Amino acid sequence: MPQTLAQKLVARAAGRATVTPGEIVICRVDLAMFHDSSGPRRLQPMLERLGAKVWDPARIVLVTDHYVTGEDEESRGIVRIARDWAKREGIRNFYDGLGICHVVLAEHGHLRPGLFAVGGDSHSPTGGAFGAYMFGVGATEMLGVVVTGEIWLRVPETIRMQWDGRFADGVCAKDVMLFLCGRFGLDGGAYQAVEYAGSAIAALPMQERMTLANMTAELGGQTGLVAPDAVTRDYLAQAGVREVEIAPWQSDADAPLAARHAFDAGALEPQVAAPHSPANARPAAEFADVSIDIAYVGACTGAKLEDLRMAARVLKGRRIAPGVELWVAPASRMDQDRAHAEGVLAALEDAGARFLPNACGVCAGYGGRFDAQAKVVSTTARNFKGRMTAPGGEVFLGSPYTVAASALAGRIADPRAVLQ
Amino acid sequence: MSGRAWVFGDDVDTDAIAPGAWMKAGIDALAAHCLAAHDARFAREVRPGDVLVAGRNFGCGSSREQAAQALQHLGLAAVVAQSFAGLFYRNAINLGLPVLECDAAARIPAGAEIDVKLETGALRLVSLGETLRCAPLPPFLLEMVRAGGLLNQLEKRLAGAQERKPA
Repeated sequence: MPQTLAQKLVARAAGRATVTPGEIVICRVDLAMFHDSSGPRRLQPMLERLGAKVWDPARIVLVTDHYVTGEDEESRGIVRIARDWAKREGIRNFYDGLGICHVVLAEHGHLRPGLFAVGGDSHSPTGGAFGAYMFGVGATEMLGVVVTGEIWLRVPETIRMQWDGRFADGVCAKDVMLFLCGRFGLDGGAYQAVEYAGSAIAALPMQERMTLANMTAELGGQTGLVAPDAVTRDYLAQAGVREVEIAPWQSDADAPLAARHAFDAGALEPQVAAPHSPANARPAAEFADVSIDIAYVGACTGAKLEDLRMAARVLKGRRIAPGVELWVAPASRMDQDRAHAEGVLAALEDAGARFLPNACGVCAGYGGRFDAQAKVVSTTARNFKGRMTAPGGEVFLGSPYTVAASALAGRIADPRAVLQ
Repeated sequence: MSGRAWVFGDDVDTDAIAPGAWMKAGIDALAAHCLAAHDARFAREVRPGDVLVAGRNFGCGSSREQAAQALQHLGLAAVVAQSFAGLFYRNAINLGLPVLECDAAARIPAGAEIDVKLETGALRLVSLGETLRCAPLPPFLLEMVRAGGLLNQLEKRLAGAQERKPA
């Protein structure tokens, strides 16, 4: 029976040769990742109530990223709970203040093809960029995993997004995802597996593939997958992972799909999503009359090394418009260090950028937010009302190219004009 | 169980249900701000036994289970929607909050008195004398809701394993 990549990943975790979409299976979890907000502060009281132990500390990865920048006592308390818990439970994979969980997980080599993983965060589909089945769960469901090492799953159908050809200069993975959210809506993924394929996808570097998988959350898929290849292998070799299986983790050519949508990559324009939904996406050029106060380059979606490079390409040797603030929160310490070594940070700083810590920051809206009058253009994933700004503020979503070009212009701008 | 319908639209997100600014506070404070961006009266006036009715993709966005927990804390008997975001749906079941998918949810008027039969998926609109059919929960999810959520189930399972161990 021909199987999709998603079916093969689920079948392995369920200890089966094959699985059929729609059936409910119990899967063994290879890796459980959670952070300071969804993790210990929620799990610990439940573990105590059950008198239960962690099933396998070596399969847990804990990252502090949501509350590390908080300056109030409550935020500090939440991070302290995470630190104490990691020590008590013997969690060796504990990354404290080193960046946003999805990026840190990847750069330390925890993700690899064939893996079945859960994350205590909705952007956990990011792991699917590596040909792993990864999806987000809430804290109680995570407690179930932490105690039993298992989770139930309805075997997903696969929706294939096929992008052939070449993206224009100034067009990137973020534009793909905003376009797809606009085209199919926030439930377009129908909580199934979304597989990104085609020559344009194969040409993308690993962190761009992560952006695709990451924003599968906004598209409403359970996970977003890119079949592994030499790009995956090279990234993982850099992250210290030697044995990487590629051949078993490909969809069979004749595997049945729920839907297959084909697009010409060369025809895609830079996209911007208007407040207050990623589904409000239209070509950036249509927003040319929107003035902005704040440009924000941040989050797991939009401040990885590749994202910082894109912003720097637009901003190098130029200055942002008077009256505009440009804030950059590199997604991880490692990416920040690499960006520094390449001169990317200097280019951003010379253009007028100011820097924020390597954390979720205003994207999560758990700590500080922009004020109610703010008009923001942002590389983040979500512009729901009241998330990144106090109610009344407006957030437009765009790629790092588009956000950088908008910072230069003081209004939303198509970056292709600057890059010519 | 019966209560009044509180009606919301499509794509109601978790930032509206459980606002991030209140995520570090306790559930009382979080629930007091539940859905304030859509309807400031809701958290103040909702009564135990009321039913939340929504359009497509209810609960999209974050994995924060506090979204389901806040609705449960306010005493909602059930959430009925045309469809749910997968993460919210799983969280609700795991916490024991009944969720029902109903194609005809848009026909329920705000304030209508609704009687929910979880077992059959029947929604009786008491004053209108009409009954809508929802897809009932699959048996093993219904079992989890009836148990009051996954934590209660795990507690029983672990206690059972303890008893079965030889002394």
